[in-house]
Amino acid sequence: MLFDWFVLPFTLGLAYLLVVVSVKFYCWIKALPYSEKQKLKKAIFTTKSLISFKEIVMESLLHRKIFKVNPLLGYMHMSLAFGWLLLILLGNLESRVFNHGEMGPPYVPIFFRFFNPNPTAFAFHHQFSFIMDLVLVFVLSGVALAYYKRLNSNTLGLKRITKHIPADMLALTALWFIFPLRLLAESFTSGSLGGGSFLTANLGNVLNSFLPSEILYYPFWWAYSVSLGLFFVALPYSRYMHIPTEMLLIFLKNAGIEEQNSHSGFTEVELNACSRCGICIDTCQLSKAAGINNVQSVYQLRDIRYDTQDLNRSLNCLMCGRCDTTCPVGIDIAGIRQIKRNESAPGLAENYTYIKPQPVQHADVIYFAGCMTHLTPSIKKAMVNIFKNSDINFWFMDEQGSLCCGRPQLLAGKNQEAKILMQKNKMAIEQSQAKALVTNCPICYKMFHEEYKLDIPVYHHSQYFAGLLDNNLLELNHLNTSAVYHDPCELGRGSKVYKEPRQVLNSIVALNQPNDDGEKALCCGGSLGNVSISSEQRTLVTKQACDTLLQNQPEILVTGCPLCKKTFQKVSDTPVLDLAELVNNSLISRKQKPKPLKKLEKIDQVLNSLVPNQTADLE
Amino acid sequence: MSKTVLIIGGGVAGLEASGVLSKLGYTITIVEASDRIGGKLNRWANLFPTQRPAEEVLNYLKFQLDPNTSIITNTKIDDISLGKTQVSATLSNGNCIQADAVLVSTGFEFFDARKKEEYGYKIYENVITSVDLEQIFKDGKELKTSQGKTPKRIGIIHCVGSRDEKVGNTYCSKVCCVTGVKQAIEIKERIPSCEVFNFYMDLRMFDRHFEDIYKKAQVEHHVQFIRGRLSEAFENPDGSVMIKVEDTLLGKPMKMNLDLVVLMVGFVPSSSSVFLKKGLQLETGNDGFFTPADEHYKTVCSNQKGVFFAGACTGPKTIENTITEARAAALEIATYLNQN
Repeated sequence: MLFDWFVLPFTLGLAYLLVVVSVKFYCWIKALPYSEKQKLKKAIFTTKSLISFKEIVMESLLHRKIFKVNPLLGYMHMSLAFGWLLLILLGNLESRVFNHGEMGPPYVPIFFRFFNPNPTAFAFHHQFSFIMDLVLVFVLSGVALAYYKRLNSNTLGLKRITKHIPADMLALTALWFIFPLRLLAESFTSGSLGGGSFLTANLGNVLNSFLPSEILYYPFWWAYSVSLGLFFVALPYSRYMHIPTEMLLIFLKNAGIEEQNSHSGFTEVELNACSRCGICIDTCQLSKAAGINNVQSVYQLRDIRYDTQDLNRSLNCLMCGRCDTTCPVGIDIAGIRQIKRNESAPGLAENYTYIKPQPVQHADVIYFAGCMTHLTPSIKKAMVNIFKNSDINFWFMDEQGSLCCGRPQLLAGKNQEAKILMQKNKMAIEQSQAKALVTNCPICYKMFHEEYKLDIPVYHHSQYFAGLLDNNLLELNHLNTSAVYHDPCELGRGSKVYKEPRQVLNSIVALNQPNDDGEKALCCGGSLGNVSISSEQRTLVTKQACDTLLQNQPEILVTGCPLCKKTFQKVSDTPVLDLAELVNNSLISRKQKPKPLKKLEKIDQVLNSLVPNQTADLE
Repeated sequence: MSKTVLIIGGGVAGLEASGVLSKLGYTITIVEASDRIGGKLNRWANLFPTQRPAEEVLNYLKFQLDPNTSIITNTKIDDISLGKTQVSATLSNGNCIQADAVLVSTGFEFFDARKKEEYGYKIYENVITSVDLEQIFKDGKELKTSQGKTPKRIGIIHCVGSRDEKVGNTYCSKVCCVTGVKQAIEIKERIPSCEVFNFYMDLRMFDRHFEDIYKKAQVEHHVQFIRGRLSEAFENPDGSVMIKVEDTLLGKPMKMNLDLVVLMVGFVPSSSSVFLKKGLQLETGNDGFFTPADEHYKTVCSNQKGVFFAGACTGPKTIENTITEARAAALEIATYLNQN
């Protein structure tokens, strides 16, 4: 059997790694909630596994999402991951061909050139040597970029890189040494004993001209093995745990498993799947606009993983969800932050049980304005006018002051308080026997839509207007001005409503396109989610978002959220309007019209017409 | 030939400094953006704490102006830059001005109450600002609601746009507290039967006589003072305004119907300050007001040689403080020009 003592560090390291990773995987899957385990069982022998396999190739090996962030950064990750895999696979193939199909110990392909320095005896050895050198060049180019990234990250599209902890630095150092050491070990071997191809043979000759290759090659094989072994031992405790965990995460996610209200095995998988690439640092507006560089998701996830939590980190976050959209691993970062907030929230702090049930009115449609709309009365006035103009029998549920929808409490982790408010609101909604609920506040919308579990559909006013427009139940004048639309976080990324506000606006104004739009839209900075930021820092975030939106000098800044409106008003010289105000301004009054609109026979007709939009959203 | 001084802004500070500098023998050019000199005094009926007509102060300022002073109204500065010893400015009328020193006396603007949308200014008909009320007094009109009725209950809301992180202004505007008291008295003098409520955070009666009129408002005019900040305002179907406020001395939330709401708007930096900051490379604080060379003993000097400040461009100020500062600035400018 082929053996030398130097293979031990590698072999033992690999064995250790396999045991630790297996144990961890087992524990995490065991710690999944029952319902999620069932999902996994059902999904494992279906096409979902094939989809997962494809995703692993695309993301874990080729790093498609990182390519989208920056091609050079994507190449760096791809050359390390995919290149290393090729080295292993091709090395195995080479060793098999050489050994006529026999499976040797696992270290043989890794140290193939040590055991078979000049294998002239087997077929295709020139081709194999050439390919192996080529792949090594591929991997080394990635390593070189990784070195360079530490010196000048801007070239690779990162303004800021992650500040690492010692375990990560140790693993990183080991990783950085692996491939250069392999290159030197193979080159010295080739310089002394022959073999190799364009890279190792030539480098070997050069080195041999002034160094004693025959003495040096053996220590370098030792060094290569030690760096591999060290990397494997450090891996489960460092950020490189993401390599195996990311694959597991892809399987779990494709099986439909998601974050629950509390820390579960899935949370552990997500935490360990974070590679700490640091892409979320640049995405974060707190970093970009307000110079806050220590609260980003990469640090938050690391804190939780190592149980060194800092409450400020989970609280100092706008919960805008932008990092979720750029995370190359697709970790549900907002979900994990929410879990931490739930855990750290104090017990029942406010008592809402004293609040008496409010008087209820029967109506076809409920209009819920929400607290923020009461602070922006022009929106409220516009909404009421639009309702009145369309002859709909509506009930302004919170006209005389209201109960909160519960979202701020939920975001602060105060689930009990939120529940009490929700019960009271839900009771009133049910008693009114309304057929739909309309709100112009995305914060309330998300809450009613997702948490209340109402029997009736819930619409954001943009969806409601779009439905009315589709059915010619709302007629609007074109206002002949230009506007830019700001996607509120809770409506866009939070509820995936992007289309309807634009549909309505396109019939009123000339809409222009800002730089960060749709899923990438910036947060206005007014977010209820951050209870820790100072007002000066908030203003910095708002100013930057406002400048981005107004770069094409639109005449109006439109949004679909009273809080965004209020926040932008503070810094914007351009008028800031809510969608409702624009619709109201361009409304062709039913009374003024020479011919009445299509007769509004029954409210059901209107509401039925809206239903397709609702289901489209849920898909 | 005598040395020249460019004064940017023909309000209280600019006019007073101009008068003093003329007497000292300098040639003055005042550039004023609006159509007349006198600044905010033109819009005010009576001044606190004595309720004397604002016109008297305005007349004094105009009277002491030298007839040779060049006053250019309706004109803005398009471009301004500092040379070694001179400042050159291009005006919106196309003319160019060279001067040996420049006095920035651009003053302030009133906070745009629409930014405090929850109070309903320009949304609800019966919500006005302290500036609107003063204009009504100045025009000698009767105080009526938008429905044409004599108001029976008026609320005066303090600190609108001042000491309010939510609108980004953390500073105190100094003069609104006493203006609220003055205007409350003036309302009572016109409509004695009207109830007047002041809603305040705390009343800063810092200057001479202020405390006296505060007491007078309570004792003689029965103006009521409630410590509490408005949270929001609703419009009732009859046009009156219902406000939600907490009486923080009693610790009770309350709702109150008002026929008329008057918002005590605070100071914000003049919109020209951003442009001047850039052109003359001046320093401003986080609040946007100019920062003087020293906050204690060089309050009229800037960080640039030959550029001086007077009045509310360095922060909210009363008229008497502005006039004192204008004279100090004039003296500082004269000293500077003599040395060069």
